[in-house]
Parts: sequence; structure tokens; C-alpha cells
Amino acid sequence: MYGSTNLSEEDAKRMNTTVEDPEKLEAFETRIAQGEKIEPGDWMPVEYRKQLIRMIEQHAHSEIVGALPEGTWITRAPNFRRKLALIAKVQDEIGHGQLLYSAAETLGKTREQMLDDLLNGKSKYSNVFNYPAKTWADVAVIGFLVDGAAIVNQVINSKGSYGPYCRALERICYEESFHLKQGHDNVVYLATGSKKQRDILQDAINRWYRPLLHFFGPPDKMSAHSEKLMKWKVKLASNDDMRNQFLDQYVPKIWELGLTFPDPNLKKNDDGVWEFSDPDWSEFKRVINGDGPCNAERIEVRRYAEEAGRWVRNALIKKEEKYVMPLA
Amino acid sequence: MVSLSNHELKKKIFMSDKVVTNSLDPRIKRLDLKKMDEGIEQTNSHLITWEVFHQDKRGKQVVHVGVVHASTPEMALVMAKEVFGRRGKTTNLWVTKTSDVYTFSPDDEEIFETTPEKLFRDPAYYKVRDRIEKFQKENNITT
Repeated sequence: MYGSTNLSEEDAKRMNTTVEDPEKLEAFETRIAQGEKIEPGDWMPVEYRKQLIRMIEQHAHSEIVGALPEGTWITRAPNFRRKLALIAKVQDEIGHGQLLYSAAETLGKTREQMLDDLLNGKSKYSNVFNYPAKTWADVAVIGFLVDGAAIVNQVINSKGSYGPYCRALERICYEESFHLKQGHDNVVYLATGSKKQRDILQDAINRWYRPLLHFFGPPDKMSAHSEKLMKWKVKLASNDDMRNQFLDQYVPKIWELGLTFPDPNLKKNDDGVWEFSDPDWSEFKRVINGDGPCNAERIEVRRYAEEAGRWVRNALIKKEEKYVMPLA
Repeated sequence: MVSLSNHELKKKIFMSDKVVTNSLDPRIKRLDLKKMDEGIEQTNSHLITWEVFHQDKRGKQVVHVGVVHASTPEMALVMAKEVFGRRGKTTNLWVTKTSDVYTFSPDDEEIFETTPEKLFRDPAYYKVRDRIEKFQKENNITT
């Protein structure tokens, strides 16, 4: 669903101090500048590898944790058609997790290490999945707006420099376009339905508005920058640019249904830039660092799956088989 | 809002015996989350990976599409079907252990560098029409 390119202060500092072989670095940067992709066995700067692992891993975690709030509603989908679509969507999210873990693995971190780091809190996932899906309308809003936001991010990232990540993202974007369409379909049905249906939809939009603004990360003026990540095509657009693109694409699609966002200052300026009220970035920080409404539940469920399934994995593992990094 | 340090937060979430009971998810309410052990057992062993190849149509090439984790080829095929066969058409999938695939080192890419320059391997390199026409003119051959 989401690959965060936000740097911590320490990472940003290290990015500018790590010394690399100048000749190899130049060849690497020339290759990227020419639009060529980097493949797993290639020489790459230590920080390039590190930041990519962090980003792809977070993205993978977001996929498998992201399946949880929506999965909540599979048993209670309002009809068979919606249930089929939701099962397919949730299965896709898990499949995307698999694709992304494999892409990150080509950089040298095993899937098990990544899953352990998710459980021990070392690695993060997207803020949006730490909010509850209270009603069926949340499923509609997640499918339309959260996936819409994710697609903005993923289409941009798929133009990046690391081959395996780009390939995974292309497949993911293709599949997510179905998520978006079925989410829109669901939103439109609720919006054009009974008063009660419109009310729960409006309520869900009100609750998701701020997390969606948070989704793209802190404003550019507040976040640690790295020219290098841009140069290396790990980060391809700024947080503010992606957020603006999202608002531009999706706000009108909510407004045209006679629905609103809970922000009197939300408007598009003549220069094409969207304005909105301060969405409280301290809340974003709290949620990202583990203190959102559902963080504890998400991690506990994930840990339950890990522990309940351990005997199966242990029975399957053949000690004589040697693990090697996947090729692509 | 009370703000917690990172360490306190981790403690609260990852090491507490607080169990989620107010979940909105009926499936989660049914789980006996209390039974869980604390901490995470590091197994240090991994399922091996398999490279997956996909054929979308009879008569077409079988193309590499990605990777799955599995303990046996049969399980690898099941995983491959779920991950790479969910959309569009599939006629068959192949899997092979990653460790069984041999490749050139990426540093050896230059051994292929001169191939595009070998124009004598290209059909368009062979142009004889001018020569034929010149010959016909000189020898008064008409057709």
C-alpha cells in the first residue's frame, strides 16, 4: 500500500557522511541518471541498499497489516457480490506483501528478519492501518481513498531505480486499480442510497480525512531531506507533491456526490495547490511510533499468527536446505 | 495527551500483558490471544525460495515473474498459483529452486556489449539491389 521515503534525522545525517568508492559511485549514478535500473547483484552504495530495504520492508508490512482492518468486514459484508470483491482485495494485499518481501530480500534481509522486526517494533508500517474500520462505509472509504492514496504513491515509486521493486510495483498497481474501482463503486452506492447509508459514509469520510492527509508523511518543510535519495531515484516526489496530487484527483470525486470533508479550509488555489488546515502532525507521530487506536491490536494479531503457525513452519523447514537470496 | 518515550511505547505495545478484548473484529474476539508467549522466538531458519515462471498462453514463452517461499516443489507451485495466477490467463507455472539457477555475474555484462554491433548477423545488413541494377544496366538485361 505504501512505501515511506521519510528519513529519520540520523539517517539523513549518515546519508551525507558515508564515504563510497568514488569510481563505483560515479558509474552507479551515471547509470541511474541514464534511466537504467539497478539489479540485485550490482554494486550499490551502502545507504542506497539500507534505505531501499527500509522502504520496501515498510511497504510490505503495510500490505499485510493493511489487510486486517478490511478483513474485519469479510464476515459481515452486506451481500455476496461485495463479499467476493472484499475477499479478493484482501487476498491481493497479502499477495502484494509476498511480492514486496521478496523484492526486499534481494537486497539481503530475510523475510523472517523483516517479520520479526515488525513484531519487535523495529520497523514501521503505514499510519492509516492503525485506525479502526467501524462500519461497512469504512471499507468503502478504505477501498476508494486509502487505496487511491496508495496508488498515487506506488505509481510514482514504480519509476524508481531498483529493478525488483519497480517490477513488484507494476504488478501491484495493476491489481490495485481493481481495488480503487470497487471502492469507488461501493462509495457511490452508499452515497446514492438511503439517508442512513449516506450518514455512515459521511461519518467514515470525516474520520479518515486526517489520517489520509498524514499518509504521505510530514510537510516538506518539516521533514528531513536527502538530495541523494532523489538523485538515486529512491524518492521520486516530495510528500507535499504527492499529497497535492491525491487531493487533486480525489476531493472532487467526493464533492460531486454532495459529500464533504471536515475541513472548512480545504480548497484549491488558482496555482493548482490545495490548501487545508493543519492536520495535527503530532497525532501522525504518535500513531507511527506505536500509539494509535489500533496499533496494539494489529501487532498482537500478527504475533498470534506468527506463533500459532510456528509449529507448521518448523515442521516444513528442511535443515539441510541452504537459504540463498532470491534472484529477482 | 500524555506522550511516551519510544522505549515506554514499545514496552506498552510489545511487552505488555494487556490483551485486546475490545476489537471490532469478531474473528479476533474469538482468538485466545492470552495464550501467546511473550517475546519472539528467533528460529534463524528460513524456507528456501523458488523462482517462478509463468506462461499465459499455449505457444507463448514461459517468463520469469518472481519468487515464492516454500519447502517443497509442490508447495512452491501452490504458492506460485496464489501469488502469480490470480489475474488474467495462465496455462502453466514453473518453479525452480533459486539455488539451482546459474547466472553470469552482473560485472560481466560487458561480454555482451559488442553483440549489437555485429551487423553481419542482421538481415538488413545484406543489400544487393543496387548491385543487381547496375549489373543489368551494363549488360542490357531487361526483365
